[in-house]
Amino acid sequence: MSDTPKIEVSRRGFLKSAGLTAATSVLNTATALAHDAERAASSSGAVGPDAVPIKLHINGMDHAVTVEPRYTLAETLRDHLNLTGTKVVCDRGSCSACTIWVDGAPQLACMTLAVDSVGRKITTIEGLSHGEQLHPVQTAFIKHDAMQCGFCTPGMVMSCAALLKRNSSPSLADVKHAVSGNLCRCGTYPKVFEATLEAAKHGNLSARLLDLSPAKEG
Amino acid sequence: MMTPETLIASQEQSEKQKPNDQPKSVGKGVEGEAKPTKQAEKKDEQTPAASQAVPTRTDSFVFGIPQDGLSKKERQVPVDEPPPLPPNSDLTFIGKPTPRWDGPQKVSGRGKYTADVHLPGMLYARMIDASIPHGRVTSIDTSAAEKLPGVKAVHVIEHTLGIAELRDPKQELPSKYPVIRYAGQPIAGIAATSPQIAADAAALVKVIYDEMPFVVDRQAARAEDAPKVFPGPADAAGSAGGGGGPKGVQQVGNVHGPQQKKVGDVEKGYSEADAIVESEYFTQVQTHSALETHGFVVDWKPEEITVYASTQGTASVRDEFAEVFKVSKSQVRVITEYMGGGFGAKFGAGNEGVVAANLSRKANAPVKLMLDRRQEHISCNRPDSHQKLKIGAKKDGTLTAISLTSFGSAGVGTGAGTAGPATNLYKCPNLLTEEYDVFINAGPGAAFRAPGHPQGCFAFEQAIDEMAVKLDLDPLDFRDKIDESPARRVERSVIREKTNWKNRRPAGTDHGPVKRGMGIAQSVWYRFISMDSSCEVRVSKDGSVELMSSVQDLGTGTKTLLALIVAEEFGIPPSEVVIRIGDTRYPIGPNSGGSVTAGSITPAVRNAAWQAKQKLFAAAAPKLGVKAENLVLKGTKVVCKDDESKSFTVRQLAAKMPTSEISARETRRPEYAKERLTYGGVDYVELAVDTETGRVHVEKVFGAHDCGRPINPLGVISQINGGILQGISYALFEERIMDRNKGYMLNANLESYKILGAREVPEIHVELVENYIAMSSTDAAGIGESAGIITMAAAIGNAFFNATGVRMRKIPMTPANVLAALGKAGPEERA
Repeated sequence: MSDTPKIEVSRRGFLKSAGLTAATSVLNTATALAHDAERAASSSGAVGPDAVPIKLHINGMDHAVTVEPRYTLAETLRDHLNLTGTKVVCDRGSCSACTIWVDGAPQLACMTLAVDSVGRKITTIEGLSHGEQLHPVQTAFIKHDAMQCGFCTPGMVMSCAALLKRNSSPSLADVKHAVSGNLCRCGTYPKVFEATLEAAKHGNLSARLLDLSPAKEG
Repeated sequence: MMTPETLIASQEQSEKQKPNDQPKSVGKGVEGEAKPTKQAEKKDEQTPAASQAVPTRTDSFVFGIPQDGLSKKERQVPVDEPPPLPPNSDLTFIGKPTPRWDGPQKVSGRGKYTADVHLPGMLYARMIDASIPHGRVTSIDTSAAEKLPGVKAVHVIEHTLGIAELRDPKQELPSKYPVIRYAGQPIAGIAATSPQIAADAAALVKVIYDEMPFVVDRQAARAEDAPKVFPGPADAAGSAGGGGGPKGVQQVGNVHGPQQKKVGDVEKGYSEADAIVESEYFTQVQTHSALETHGFVVDWKPEEITVYASTQGTASVRDEFAEVFKVSKSQVRVITEYMGGGFGAKFGAGNEGVVAANLSRKANAPVKLMLDRRQEHISCNRPDSHQKLKIGAKKDGTLTAISLTSFGSAGVGTGAGTAGPATNLYKCPNLLTEEYDVFINAGPGAAFRAPGHPQGCFAFEQAIDEMAVKLDLDPLDFRDKIDESPARRVERSVIREKTNWKNRRPAGTDHGPVKRGMGIAQSVWYRFISMDSSCEVRVSKDGSVELMSSVQDLGTGTKTLLALIVAEEFGIPPSEVVIRIGDTRYPIGPNSGGSVTAGSITPAVRNAAWQAKQKLFAAAAPKLGVKAENLVLKGTKVVCKDDESKSFTVRQLAAKMPTSEISARETRRPEYAKERLTYGGVDYVELAVDTETGRVHVEKVFGAHDCGRPINPLGVISQINGGILQGISYALFEERIMDRNKGYMLNANLESYKILGAREVPEIHVELVENYIAMSSTDAAGIGESAGIITMAAAIGNAFFNATGVRMRKIPMTPANVLAALGKAGPEERA
C-alpha cells in the first residue's frame, strides 16, 4: 500500500460512501461494509475497511499516514514510515522483536493496530538515541557485545531500557524477567544481562531517561 | 559421515562444482558448509600453483598452544607473503576484545536488513504453498487473485528447488506442475502493492490436488509397504551451504543408503575388547528459526539484476541466479549488508529468490518476498536420527572397535548422516559406519550448524561416558587416553582446574527429588578453507583505509574480524577502517558455511593490507627522504629502522602519495602445509533434574574451546555462548511435531516450537585456548560449528546420568520424555 491515500475521506464522508456502496451492491464486500456502517452508527469509533488518514505521534514528532484499519503498528512503522528498526519476526506476539513503547510502556507493535495508536506517545528504537548520543543501554550493548546478528537487538534494547526506567537497580533475575519474552536465536542473552546490569550501574540514567517525547496534544 | 577425503579441504577447496560431483556433504555448517572439492574435478581452479611457480622463502612461525609452551615452526612460504605474525600477546589490535564494528547501527535500528529494504515502487510478494503433504497439482486458478486491485504479478513455480530428484524422471508421469511432496512446498508467488493485498490475493488462488498417500514418520517410512515419497531412487543436490547426502547409493522404498565407511575389522575389535557398550539413541528434528526469515528483494532490470538477499553466501546467490535465469554472473549484483541469522539454511537463490525475480521481471518493479514464520519453519531443518552404536575397549581404555548405524530423515532431502564424531574424535583401529537417509513427506533438511554432529555426538559421547563408567575410569582421564588432539588435552586440564569436576559424585547418589549432576562432552570440527576468498584494500590520500569483499557478516562478527586484521597492518584503530562487504561488486569472498569464513578470508585480507602498505611505503618514502625498505610499522607508528627518531602516521605517509589512491587485491593462497587439522572443544555442564516433574534445569556451563588464533575474543565468546545456548535448546526444548493424520507441521511458530529464552540461560564461562598452527598469514579459524552446539546434548545427557543414574537416550529431554526414562508416567517410546 503506498503512502498516498487513495481518497481523502472524513469519517462522515466515509460512512456515507460506504452506505452508498452497500445500497448499490456493486462489490462483494457490500455486506461487510453495510455491517461496518451499522456498527459505526452505534459506535462512533469504527473506521474502514478502506484506508484512512491518521496522525501518529512517534519519537516526539507527528507523522501523517494513511492506513487501513487492519494495519498493525509494526507494519505501519516499517512499510509506511521507513522506521525499520522495529523488527517483525513472528508477527503474532511470541518473540518481542517488535517491542516499542506506547506512552512509555513496552508494547508489541505487531499486536497493536495503527489506528488504535492515535493520540498515544510512541517511542521506537530510532527515538531512543539522539543522533550519535546513544542511550546508556545501547552503549552498554555495544561494549558487552550484546548482539550477534542483531535482529532481536532493537526489541531487546527497548525491553531493557524500559526496565531501567521503572527499576534503576535491577537484579539479574529482574533483567531475565524483563527480556523473558524477547527471543534471540544467536543466543546472546548472557551479554544482554551483563550490558543491562552495567548500564544500570554506570549509566547516567536519571538524565537520560526523561521522557523522550513530551506529549503535545497527541 | 566426515570421511578423511573431505578433510583435505584446506588445500583444495574451491567453489561451485556441479552438485552431483560433490562429495558427501559434511555437515558443514553454521552457516552451511565448507564444500571440500575433489582435486580431480576442478583442475583449472586448483590451488594457485604456488609451490612450483612462485619463489619461496623459509620463515619461522609461532607454533603450538601457550599452556604447553610456544615453539617455532619453519615453513616454506611465497617470497612475498607478509612476515609471520607474533603471538596475540605481542600484537596491538588482533586478539584484543573489540566491540562489534557495526554495533552502533545494530543497537540503534539503523542497520538495514533485507527485510528492511524499501525501494521506490517496490511491490510486496507472498509465497503460496501446498496444503497437502503428497499429491499432484491438477490445476492452479489465479484468475480471481489477478483481478484483485493492487495485484501486479503472479508466478507459478515450474521447478521446485531443495527437493531430492528422481534419478530416472521417467518413473513419474509428466506433469505441468511439480509434484507436491510435503505440506508447505512452495507453489506460486503473488506480488501486490501492499503485503496485505498480497495476502488477500494468495487466499484467492485455487489449487486443485490429486492427493496421494503420504508418510511423515521416519520409522513408519522404513516399512516395506509405506507410501513412497519418490517412486524410485532419488538424490538431493547440496546447496552451497551443504546438505545433500551421498549420490547413487542404493534405495529401497524410502530408505536411501547406506553410505558406508569401513576401517579394519570391527568384529575382530570387539573380540579383543574387555568391555562393550551398545545402545540406541534418538534425536528429533530441529528447525533453524533464524529471526530474519529467508527472503529477497529483487530489482530486475535488463542490464542488471539487483538482489538484496538474506544469505550466508552472496556469491552463491549470484551463481544460482546466473544458472537459473541463464544470465552472466556479471549481470547479477547481490547485496547483504545486514543479515538476521542463517545457521546453515540460507544459500543460493532458493525458491523464494527465483519467485521474487520472476515477479519483478513480470511486474517491471522491485519485489520483496520474505517467507513468513510458518514457511520458515517448514523450509529447512536439522534431520532427526535413530542411531545404533556399539563400542569396544580394553581395560586400560584403548578403543578396539566402533560401529554405528544411523537412520535419519531430512524429509524430502538427504544428508541425515551422523558419523562425524564417531569417525573423527578418537583413535580407533576398527570402525564401521552405515548411514541411511529415510525420505518422508516433510520439509527438506538443510545444513544446520555442524550438520550431523550434534546428533552423532549425543550418541557417541554418551557411549564414551558409559564406557568410562564400565571401565571405572574418570571420563576426562579416559579421553586423555584416546584423544590425540593437543588442544582438547589442554581444554580438559582447564575443565579440571576451573570447574567443580573433582567434587563429582558417583552416578545416581544424590538424594531427594531434585538431583544434581555434572558431565562433559567433546566436539570435533574441521579446518575447511575456501580458495574463493578475494578482497581489496584501498588507501586514499587522506589516509582513510577501506576493505572490500563480497563476503558477508551473518552476525558472526566478520566485519569486526576484518577490521582488526587491517587495523593491525596499518596501526590505526579498527573502528577507523571502513569495511565494505556483502556486495558482489567487490572481489568475491567465501560463502559462509562450515566455519570457513575466518580461516579463508583473513589471510587474503592481511596479505592485501600488507601489500597496500608496502606500496604506500614505496610511494611515500622518497618524499620523506627515507628508504622504503627501512620503513616498518611499530604499534601505531611507522618508524625508520635505521633512525627510530623518524616516525610517521599512516595519514602522514598517505598525504605524500603521488596519486589519489593505492590499492592491493589478494586472493587466498594455499595453506603453508598439507596437514589435516581439526578443532574442538570440551564443554562441562552442571544441572538439576526434578525427578517428580521431569524438568531438567541446566545451571552452569563451562566451555573450553580453540579456533586457531582468536582474532576477536569478544566475538568468539559471543558465538560460543550462542552455540551452547542453541545446544541446550536442542537438548531440552525444540522439536518439530508432524501431524501423522494430516501430514503437516503442527508447531510451525515460535510459541509452540519452543526455543530457549532468557529464563533458561545458565551461568556460562568460556575459556579460549590459543592454538597457533602456522598454516596461513593469520592462523585464524571459525568457531561457529564447534561452539557448543555439538556437545551440549551429550554433556547434558552425561550430567543427567551422573545426577540420576539413568541414561537419556532420546532428546528433547522434555518432562514427558524424562519421566518416561525415569520409569514414571510418560509417552511410549517412539520410533
